[in-house]
Amino acid sequence: MSSPAPLIAPREGLAEALKKLLGKDLLAHVQAVGEDSITVRRDAVDGVMVTLRDALEYQQLMEIAGVDYPDRPERFEVVYHLLSVTRNHRLRVRVTTDEVTPVPTVVPVWPVAGWLEREVFDMYGVLFSGNPDLRRILTDYGFQGHPQRKDFPLTGYIELRYSEEDKRVVYEPVRLAQDFRNFDFMSPWEGADYILPGDEKAGGTGEAPGKGAPTPMTADQVKKADEAKAAPPPTPKTTDKPAQTGAGSKANDAAAKTSEDGAKAKPASKAKTPATAKAEKAPAKAKAPAKPRAPRKPKGGDA
Amino acid sequence: MTDSPTVRHHGSDMFEGYPVDTADTAGDQAVTNYTINFGPQHPAAHGVLRLVMELDGEIIERVDPHVGLLHRGTEKLIEYKTYLQALPYFDRLDYCSPLGMEHSYVLAIEKLLDLEVPARAQYLRTLFAELTRICNHMLNIGSHVMDVGAMTPNLWVFELREDCLNFFERASGARMHSAWFRPGGVHQDAPEKLLVDIGEWCETRLPKLFGDAMSLVIDNRIFKQRNVDIATVSKEDALAWGFSGPMIRGSGIPWDIRKSQPYDAYAQMEFDIPVGTKGDCYDRFMVRVQEVYQSARIIKQCLRDMPSGPVASLDRKVVPPKRAEMKSSMESLIHHFKLYTEGFHVPAGEVYVATESPKGEFGVYLVSDGSNKPYRCKIRPTAFSHLQAMDMMAKGHMLADTTAIIGAIDVVFGECDR
Repeated sequence: MSSPAPLIAPREGLAEALKKLLGKDLLAHVQAVGEDSITVRRDAVDGVMVTLRDALEYQQLMEIAGVDYPDRPERFEVVYHLLSVTRNHRLRVRVTTDEVTPVPTVVPVWPVAGWLEREVFDMYGVLFSGNPDLRRILTDYGFQGHPQRKDFPLTGYIELRYSEEDKRVVYEPVRLAQDFRNFDFMSPWEGADYILPGDEKAGGTGEAPGKGAPTPMTADQVKKADEAKAAPPPTPKTTDKPAQTGAGSKANDAAAKTSEDGAKAKPASKAKTPATAKAEKAPAKAKAPAKPRAPRKPKGGDA
Repeated sequence: MTDSPTVRHHGSDMFEGYPVDTADTAGDQAVTNYTINFGPQHPAAHGVLRLVMELDGEIIERVDPHVGLLHRGTEKLIEYKTYLQALPYFDRLDYCSPLGMEHSYVLAIEKLLDLEVPARAQYLRTLFAELTRICNHMLNIGSHVMDVGAMTPNLWVFELREDCLNFFERASGARMHSAWFRPGGVHQDAPEKLLVDIGEWCETRLPKLFGDAMSLVIDNRIFKQRNVDIATVSKEDALAWGFSGPMIRGSGIPWDIRKSQPYDAYAQMEFDIPVGTKGDCYDRFMVRVQEVYQSARIIKQCLRDMPSGPVASLDRKVVPPKRAEMKSSMESLIHHFKLYTEGFHVPAGEVYVATESPKGEFGVYLVSDGSNKPYRCKIRPTAFSHLQAMDMMAKGHMLADTTAIIGAIDVVFGECDR
């Protein structure tokens, strides 16, 4: 049992099909945290999308997201999220680009891409060649710059207010009454890439760290480690005798009693009524907890 | 009118500088298309939507929706907040169904953390997600019928919406911006009396009041005239334009993430997916009406099966301890301090988690770099894709149909513009 996120079954034979259909256009196929993502050649993305839609049944384009990694030579990632309603599967398609190289548009494949590409253009300045209407979409009329880039300040450059003298809204450079505070949470203990003696369990041992603790492991590694640690499914128990039910001696006694005089068996089943009836009489704590309390996780590398 | 072709100066022709046919016959009048602004301060625009419409008489030739007037840079702000601090922004996206927005976000974090959530928390979240759906549909159904001319049903269903908001208040302390779903579970347990009241409400007040209100509308001649065959969307179009939620179901595709990719306790729930037959505004409306009854069904099942137990993960590296615990345990105090200053760290990775929000697929694409703040949090709003299809849907319809189309899209600009 893991997180309660939407369950998506892995699609069988996807990797081979992608390799066969996309050929050289497929640069990478990664399966991480239960999700499939592929990286494709930028120039071929429109053709790839047609293949994915028609041959692999990804009928819907749900989202195009831009991501900015300023350290990379091609700093922008354009991430398409596809959905197959017939195969019930999601696929992430990724291309990389920089400020000047355009990405071929996918509007002819999915008309919905029009606005999604406009948004990526507005927020990151990624160009889409062939998009019939590449205007800004979310920012103000006449806005300059691309606000989601990592080098664009959170406060922006201009602010506007209503001016009583001019009787209109005026634009002015941002003036902050107080500097924007951005705290550095990196502690010297966590930044080090060596492991202190006695601290081997803080991560890097392949063992799942405490949830929420800083870890050098990726989400996918954590998931795999958790799965490896999880106990195998229990073998089905036989309940031939009352003692084997595991319900405890009290219940066993009660069960033994009712079997003697069958008429008295009724009241025991009353505890399972709908919540409406339950609160009328019986206090809420009548039921035993459905799950035993989870054992405390071992302490991870908490500073 | 004579048989000779009347001269129509279509907008596109004008812009592209084509020569205008001047061979008018006597008696013909040159008609030019004209452009009007619908909004951004129009009561039927459901917020700050500006539609630049090109009309030929009363017929819509082209619609260019201008969105972004409510853009607040939510995604940028989230990158500068810890995971927990970013949560309340989600309430403020679709402020008509705040818990539905939080749901995707907390599930995305839990997926990256690979964090187990106690069963009671999953049931509570399912219950309140469905209550949110009812709350949202009450607003949409009410305003939709009001946009096409009916007054009374709106007042009645707003009573029910008020009830829902009161339930949210009793669970979380806030009527709208609850911030009640938290990574690892929910913030506080719902009082037992609240659950009882919700159960009673689903049995009595909701079906009665809602049934009464809908009996005025669903077979009403005027309402049907305004909605049937308006903005018909085929299955193919619905797929190509990225529709989801009641919009795609209205077009006859039985796609519901709660069923096909169940999250939280939905796998244990029994409910039906209503679908439309023609894909017009009336179908979308009726899908929402039926969903209200299905939501009530899910709520009853949640109340019946809800186990007792903790309402949030007991992992103290993610979920802060209760106040009473802090009074006696030094470790709890440290955990509390660390969680509310530094926050928890999420291992590096990326997920796209989409849930069935009342308006459709609401997705969160979360990229983590292993720190305590999201590296990137892309929000996939439902209304953005739907509104884009406005041009396709409204073309050839009358100006007055715009309100019905917008009403059936169920658009809220906090979400669309982010």
